[in-house]
Amino acid sequence: MLGLLGPNGAGKTTVVRVLATLLKPDAGTASVTGLDVVRDAAKLRERIGLAGQYAAVDENLTGLENLTMVGRLYGMRRQQAKARGRELLERFDLDEAADRPVKTYSGGMRRRLDLADALVAKPPVLFLDEPTTGLDPRSRLNLWETIEGLVADGATVLLTTQYLDEADRLADTIAVIDHGKVIAEGTSDELKDRVGGERLEVRLDDGADVEAAVQALAPMSDERPVAEDGLVKLSVRERHGTIVEAVRRLSEAGVGVDDLVIRRPTLDDVFLSLTGHAAEEPAEGDEAA
Amino acid sequence: MRRLVTDTLVIAERNLVRLPRAPDLLLAFTVQPVMFVLLFRYVFGGAIRTPHGTPYVDYLIPGIIVQNIAFGGFVTALGLNEDVHKGLIDRFRSLPMARPAVLAGRTFSDIVTNLLSMTVLTITGLIIGFSFRHTIPLDVIAGIGLLVLFGYAFSWVFALVGLLVSSPESANSFGFIAVFPLTFISSAFVSPQFMPAALKAFANVNPFTIIVDAMRHLWLGNPYPAGNYVWGSVVWSIVIIAVFAPLAVRRYRRAAGV
Repeated sequence: MLGLLGPNGAGKTTVVRVLATLLKPDAGTASVTGLDVVRDAAKLRERIGLAGQYAAVDENLTGLENLTMVGRLYGMRRQQAKARGRELLERFDLDEAADRPVKTYSGGMRRRLDLADALVAKPPVLFLDEPTTGLDPRSRLNLWETIEGLVADGATVLLTTQYLDEADRLADTIAVIDHGKVIAEGTSDELKDRVGGERLEVRLDDGADVEAAVQALAPMSDERPVAEDGLVKLSVRERHGTIVEAVRRLSEAGVGVDDLVIRRPTLDDVFLSLTGHAAEEPAEGDEAA
Repeated sequence: MRRLVTDTLVIAERNLVRLPRAPDLLLAFTVQPVMFVLLFRYVFGGAIRTPHGTPYVDYLIPGIIVQNIAFGGFVTALGLNEDVHKGLIDRFRSLPMARPAVLAGRTFSDIVTNLLSMTVLTITGLIIGFSFRHTIPLDVIAGIGLLVLFGYAFSWVFALVGLLVSSPESANSFGFIAVFPLTFISSAFVSPQFMPAALKAFANVNPFTIIVDAMRHLWLGNPYPAGNYVWGSVVWSIVIIAVFAPLAVRRYRRAAGV
């Protein structure tokens, strides 16, 4: 699974739309499973499944009718499409809702049905465009488990997300994109290594002198510590002795400490150091959908 | 080609299955037209002059059915617009289905809904005194065929509209701003000879007048002459399809989704 990670407006959806043959590239070429997205578009469509940001299901049809329709549009016979639909509904835990119109479904159920739609023809390549955006935490976890199951079954998946924890958990390889360009690529661990070893986070007492704390801690890191809302973060060269040293330096500087922790860098840190802005920070303009 | 036919039927079936589940839409082309028929027959009818001493109910029914058939394609505009916004068009475009099938299925299912509203209006008409006067069964059937063809042509106009406008509300206002005057300033409700000169000139060249007059000839017989109306409306319908179907399909290929 390849995770495409980037903020709103980075171009994730555009990439998916080009690869899923929905959008012609302005310039350059792209191919999926060796098929060109423009020249071999018709053949390529038989090999891909798309689940979008907006659950693209027909609200006035039942779950089973939706899946049967998609199956038949893939060229299956009615009975075959229906059987496949039932199979998928069971797998996605929707069998009880099979004959209810989709407008009665919850957000999580719709996403699962959307995902099932994408799987009808057992395509070898799946595009999941922000599959969990707007879901509550439980449905999100649920969907993650489902997606992990698909990958375990051997599907090739391209996942776009603006959530770092999602990419971290699901993707084998992550490409970070910003303003339409890939700015980093690698496994989650490789990306974290690029940011440098351990991270030290110091929560200061209320009213403590933040600038003094930054000054005091600066010699411990190759970069200047970042401070926000009374939290000072820095990457440190070594784990050993770090806490003792930090406490010593801060007490010499007369800065009160509330809490202090060492952790591995998260993809948040990766994003911050790669782009200079936090992942959640919305870029200008809306996503070109 | 076989793919186009089966895919079109799958989409048409989908449109028809979901129809009874959106009752507001169903009311729009059954109850609402009936109210208009009653309004014109009983409220305005007594004050409207008709040519050849035809009873107004006879004059009215072919006209109002044509108006309703013209509006029938509205289901296509609304449905396509909704599909674009809900992302369903993206799904369809990512499937290995025949490209024009989504539109062809839409317009095809309109034929069924148009037949339904035609039946409702004709039965209403017969109840309130309409009769097929000096005509033969073959001409009545030819009239039904002509209505189906004309309705199908107009569905393609609405298909383009549904893909172009930003919301179902704009599709709605297009219907009223463009189609309403076109149908009223024609021979559908009042004979153009009783209109002011400017309106009369417009009504006489309006394609709706041609099709309404063709329908009157086919359903009322003499004293409404065949003239060029019947073949004229066939030509108009074919021209409309030839222009709007390719435009709509081209637009569909580029529809960008949400």
